[in-house]
Amino acid sequence: MTVSISVEHVSKQYRLGAIGNRTLYEDLNRWWARVRRRPDPLAKIGDVDHGNRTDGLIWALKDVSFAVDEGQALGIIGRNGAGKSTLLKVLSKVTAPSGGRIKVRGRIASLLEVGTGFHPELTGRENIYLNGAILGMTRREIAKKFDEIVSFSEVEKFVDTPVKRYSSGMYVRLAFAVAAHLDPEIMVVDEVLAVGDAAFQRKCLGKMSETASQGRTVLFVSHNMAAINRLCSRAVLLDKGELIADGAAPEITAKYLAGAAEESGVRQWEAGNAPGTNELRLLEVGIFDEQNKSKAVFEVGEDIFIKLTYRVNESNLRFRCALNFITQGVLAFSSVEPTEATREKSGVYTSVLKVPAHLLTESEYALNVSIFSSAGAKKHYVNLRDGISFQVYDSMMALSARGDYSQNLAGVVRPLLNWTIAQNPI
Amino acid sequence: METITEHSEKWTDIIEPQRNWFDWRLGDLWRARDLILLFIWRDFVSVYKQTILGPLWYLIQPILTTLTFTVIFGRIASLPTDALPDFVFYLAGSVIWAYFAECLNKTSTTFISNANLFGKVYFPRLAVPISILISNLIAFAIQFALFLIFVAYYWAKGLVAPNWSVALLPLYLLIMAGLGLGLGIIVSALTTRYRDLQFFVRFGVQLFMYATPVIYPLSSIPQKYRILILANPLTSVVEGFRYSFLGAGELNAALLTYSVVFTLLALTIGILLFNRIEATFMDTV
Repeated sequence: MTVSISVEHVSKQYRLGAIGNRTLYEDLNRWWARVRRRPDPLAKIGDVDHGNRTDGLIWALKDVSFAVDEGQALGIIGRNGAGKSTLLKVLSKVTAPSGGRIKVRGRIASLLEVGTGFHPELTGRENIYLNGAILGMTRREIAKKFDEIVSFSEVEKFVDTPVKRYSSGMYVRLAFAVAAHLDPEIMVVDEVLAVGDAAFQRKCLGKMSETASQGRTVLFVSHNMAAINRLCSRAVLLDKGELIADGAAPEITAKYLAGAAEESGVRQWEAGNAPGTNELRLLEVGIFDEQNKSKAVFEVGEDIFIKLTYRVNESNLRFRCALNFITQGVLAFSSVEPTEATREKSGVYTSVLKVPAHLLTESEYALNVSIFSSAGAKKHYVNLRDGISFQVYDSMMALSARGDYSQNLAGVVRPLLNWTIAQNPI
Repeated sequence: METITEHSEKWTDIIEPQRNWFDWRLGDLWRARDLILLFIWRDFVSVYKQTILGPLWYLIQPILTTLTFTVIFGRIASLPTDALPDFVFYLAGSVIWAYFAECLNKTSTTFISNANLFGKVYFPRLAVPISILISNLIAFAIQFALFLIFVAYYWAKGLVAPNWSVALLPLYLLIMAGLGLGLGIIVSALTTRYRDLQFFVRFGVQLFMYATPVIYPLSSIPQKYRILILANPLTSVVEGFRYSFLGAGELNAALLTYSVVFTLLALTIGILLFNRIEATFMDTV
């Protein structure tokens, strides 16, 4: 078996904070100091520059090694921030690694985004040529595949219309069609399946497995474990920039799902460090589905149950529990127990909040937990920021609030609401 | 056995942290020639489609500039024009200058304005500035045709004297393009780090025009400042261009050689910096 990609000890380091924030003055100052062999005038005290400082640096990839055989379909999975996108960027030569090297045999086509370089004023036909060339095809190759691309994308009738008049579905279909007909030896794909309607997604998956079965190598990054299992024979799992598992796809996806649930579906505290006061201590925050299974990843169509378990050490304590839902850096909403109920006896209680399906949007939510009484003087028993977090995703079956809309749907909540359409009498 | 080892070591590409300073990958650039053509065509078509007057803008711009120069510098300030009709004198200057200025202005934002595209897909990055040079050549050709009409008109009246040296036009253009590209990509590479430079460029190019004999002839410069103006590598091109097509100005082989050397130097530094920045600029933008 020939190796098609060999990733050897690849690392990628990013500088946190002051990215691109330097001024010419500062750099000139440093340079002048170096010329005169003086210490860096702008260095912080104690900040000795050996060129290997690790403060303010983050390893997006750390010593990642693996090899992919020709014709193999490899899934790359991991939580947000695990380094998947960075790995794809390095593979697609968008950015250079900080260490290690990657040896490649054959042409790589990377689809980090569909429709890269589409120009809204140009027609579908013109954009096929432009996009194809950006992805590395010659005009002759595109001309040869042109009809195939158009029929795959199902936009025959609009091929001479500017793409700015396309629906988002048509746009995405056309863009994927161009990419799918690149015929590279190696195809690197990032979640493009999260676009388009369900039928088109199936078509894309079909095209990709066809590519793989023709002896081409496919690297596929996705959060969709079902798609990974269907398409890939092998998978690697990344965590915090490191490769932590490598093996048969079903094994690795199972490990990922188990890990995700285990890691953050329930958070418990020991008596000694439990948040709270002497009167009340929080013991556990857990996120569960309808079957009472704790998870950290939910489909938008699932009800989510958030359970707060706490020990009350005093009888007749009156308080209420509250949760703040934080996503995308803002407080999406708060929910409180409607009354400040009195817990007559001391002991362990559980308060459960049901978050109905189709309320949250596809995103990561962090929960702030507070338990307090506001009758008389306000008193906080528990005030826990970032108590636990979980992920919501959309499996794109056109059943959610998206309908068949596949692009970015902004907002911190995404309720499923009713639309009606009627033509007005003239 | 040996053949197998050899085969398994035959890689098409090796992705490494930093490329050698002089590994310019011009082969990749040559393979991307279709892409360059499509970029040129895209720029042309999208301008054409988005504006009502389309390519007419290429004509309106130099005519208005030249009229302004004629009125302000020719009639009001009464600057000398080497005894040439002032309209065609300014037209010559602004047409050749505009090519350089546009090349520099547009290539200097290569990284910043294509950040989105560069962040998603790899292709030889130099394809973008090179396509800009050629796109601008189309605009130049249109403006140059307009210029030729006026030259013919004044020639018929015996006021200008084009001569054999019009054959140097490709050289003038190569210097303008090379210098525009060289300086432009130096700036584009530096702006990924120092954003403040971006604001300086447009305005710097404008000031630079006054340091080049565009609105005045070299002959009107007092001897003691002459060396300053001659140090400007564009002087020989603008003066030479006017000499070739209008018959007045200064065509000087030594000065042109100086411009060529300067251009090659700027290009080399530009490409070196550009290649250096290209590898990691996505992390800093």
